[in-house]
Amino acid sequence: MNNQYLDVFLEEAREHIDSLNECLLNLENNPAQEIVDEIFRSAHTLKGMSGTMGHVQLSELTHEMENLLQEIRDHKIDVNAEIIDTLLKCVDILEELIGDIAEHGKEKQRDIQTVINKLKKKNIYNKTEQKIILDNKTINLNEYEDRIIRQALEEGLYIWKIVIKLVEDCLLKSARAFLIFKTLETLGEIIKTEPIVQDIEDEKFDNEFTLYLVTSYNKDKVLESLETVSELGSIDIDKVDEELLGISKGISHELHMDNQLSKPMANQQTVTKRITNFKKTSKTLRVDIERLDVLMNLVSELIIIKTRLEDIDESNSNQNRQRETVEYLERITSNLHDAVMKVRMVPIETVFNRFPRVVHDLSRELSKKIDLIIEGAETELDRTIIDEIGDPLIHLIRNAADHGIETPQERIGKGKPEHGTIKLNAYHDGNNVVIEVSDDGKGINLSSVLKKSIEHGLVEKDQSNNLKEYEITSFLFEPGFSTKSNVSDVSGRGVGLDVVKTKIESLGGSIEIKNKQDVGTTFLIRLPLTLAIIQALMVMVGEEKYAIPLSAIKETVIISVGEIKKVQKSEVTVLRGNVVPIVRLNRVLDIKRQKNDPLNLTLVIVRKGEKDVGLVVDDLIGQQEIVIKTLGSLLKNIKFIAGATILGDGQVALILDINNLI
Amino acid sequence: MTENIRQFVEFKIGEEEYGVDILQVKTIERMMPITRVPKAPKFVEGVINLRGEIVPIIDLKKRFDLPPNEITDNTRIIIVSVDDLTVGMIVDSATEVVQLPQEAIEPAPSITGSIDANYLDGVGKFEGRLLILLNVAKLLKPQEISQLAQM
Repeated sequence: MNNQYLDVFLEEAREHIDSLNECLLNLENNPAQEIVDEIFRSAHTLKGMSGTMGHVQLSELTHEMENLLQEIRDHKIDVNAEIIDTLLKCVDILEELIGDIAEHGKEKQRDIQTVINKLKKKNIYNKTEQKIILDNKTINLNEYEDRIIRQALEEGLYIWKIVIKLVEDCLLKSARAFLIFKTLETLGEIIKTEPIVQDIEDEKFDNEFTLYLVTSYNKDKVLESLETVSELGSIDIDKVDEELLGISKGISHELHMDNQLSKPMANQQTVTKRITNFKKTSKTLRVDIERLDVLMNLVSELIIIKTRLEDIDESNSNQNRQRETVEYLERITSNLHDAVMKVRMVPIETVFNRFPRVVHDLSRELSKKIDLIIEGAETELDRTIIDEIGDPLIHLIRNAADHGIETPQERIGKGKPEHGTIKLNAYHDGNNVVIEVSDDGKGINLSSVLKKSIEHGLVEKDQSNNLKEYEITSFLFEPGFSTKSNVSDVSGRGVGLDVVKTKIESLGGSIEIKNKQDVGTTFLIRLPLTLAIIQALMVMVGEEKYAIPLSAIKETVIISVGEIKKVQKSEVTVLRGNVVPIVRLNRVLDIKRQKNDPLNLTLVIVRKGEKDVGLVVDDLIGQQEIVIKTLGSLLKNIKFIAGATILGDGQVALILDINNLI
Repeated sequence: MTENIRQFVEFKIGEEEYGVDILQVKTIERMMPITRVPKAPKFVEGVINLRGEIVPIIDLKKRFDLPPNEITDNTRIIIVSVDDLTVGMIVDSATEVVQLPQEAIEPAPSITGSIDANYLDGVGKFEGRLLILLNVAKLLKPQEISQLAQM
């Protein structure tokens, strides 16, 4: 039943969790009031949302968090590391609960009581105390009301607290209330009602409500005029004196200080709050990705038509007008493409935001002192990439914290600052986005990597002396490789970097390592801006057309058959002094027929990691913008096909996945 | 009454008559150019461009190890869709839509023509003919297909 709201709920809840994590970590360094307020607001919103959706545990836990936070806001307790840890623990549980809801549609029974008890222990907030105050008939007034009352008292006016009970079977309660309001307004000013006027008008009260009236008339006169209204059960009039007001003044002042807002009106206060809240939590407009995909499909159709028009254009080269039309169309399509791309773009902030928490936890876990610096969080990437990039990045950060950063003692011994630094930096570079994960730790020990690689049989001992540095570090990406001898909780299981690499390559990106002993390690991830539309080189193999992503291509060359040499049964050629292995695409792709030119071979030189490979094709068709479409789940197991695209003539051409081809 | 009547698209492979539940059929297309996909399971003929969507095509005859037939003017591609999987099936001809009351559908005997009973919904009796009713969902189960691909 709640399905249509579930997505919205989850999305918003996750935003609040992110903001809670972020603020709690900030709070640790800087216990400022605004941050406490922000945390309080997030917890409060979360409580409200989950209450509405019927998620009991969520709302219970957030409620308890709120209580504790209220104490902090009121300066009744001070923030310390223990409190922050407890609150972070709460956030973890909240996150788990939200995960449950995302997966099963409802919360699993989780142990929230332990942490609630912890919260309560810190919480000196006492409900009975609050009740006593209420029983004392203190009026909860905001500053505006408070001012009026004080002014009224100074002027010698009466303030009457009038409790009105309607008769049990009173029919039009709100109408009755309206008559009472009308009557009293002839006598003075109603400054406050309980419940609020709106609720009374909506009949959201039992049979009783309370009014505060400022007037120059005495009690008898007020009573007399009220008795003109029928169907009233009882009227109870009390004088509000300065003593009561005194307490209320204190409260209102406290409130005032808490919020650090000088707006006099209660309404305005909430409005300002809402505005700041709005600004902080929802910078983005949520768009259903499916709708965007529809838009994207339309654009792809346009591009296909553009290609088709280009074909016509070539056959009628005299017709200038047609060329102009095509140019115009081209401009529109590329603009449209850009526009749609931008809608799909999400700042990488959404991923980076998780990391301060990760680093915080890691430094506790490893007893190391680690600072995290984030730069370029506003850099935008395609939504699909954003969704996928988080895990590989967490992995790299864990690696940096565990393998890279030394213990404080070691660092001091080396003359480095006690605090290690992990830096995340994202920036645009041409059509790519680069994400750097760097640390100022001990760097990768090349000789130990080399030793491990020989042990694992990745390289022969006698060859190992000639290896360049990048060749050695590339062994780290081999499956099952880990240099750290003892497996820790954090990393070192040896199922690490190869997974990272595979993931990044599946996103069309690449990863490299820059390393300097005792200065630090940098992992450089290069990702395409988008996955949907790419530039590709169209080639013929036999009679079939294939697309090779331009990003993978280094160059194309034509060599004579004589330039092919055989090394250990595989074919290679020498290109400007470099040995380039040759792959005959027709064999890989099971294509029987080969073009009849026995003397020359067309090679497409593609880059695979650090290596170059030459693909033998029969013909080059040309460079083209192509729209990537998936082959669907039925054919997803074919590794070397990255997808398919539709050509100008409506035919389907397959896109080769260079990384998995060779 | 109507809920007891199911509708099937009737088609032919070789001499045998088959039916597929009309609710699973998206469209029926004439033969169109198919792009071969290397290293695909052998009954996957390739992929087509169905108005902007890439749809894999399977050849039911290869799927059920039947002798291949020529492509004729009657050859059709029946586009079926189960859950979010859309696939085209090449058939020798698509003839008509038949209505079968539930009573006319019997469970398939273990050997029905050339097809494993696991892929069948049953056998329908219609005007004295027998209609082999395909269970498209089972036919297209990806794990089934990847297993077959390894054979």
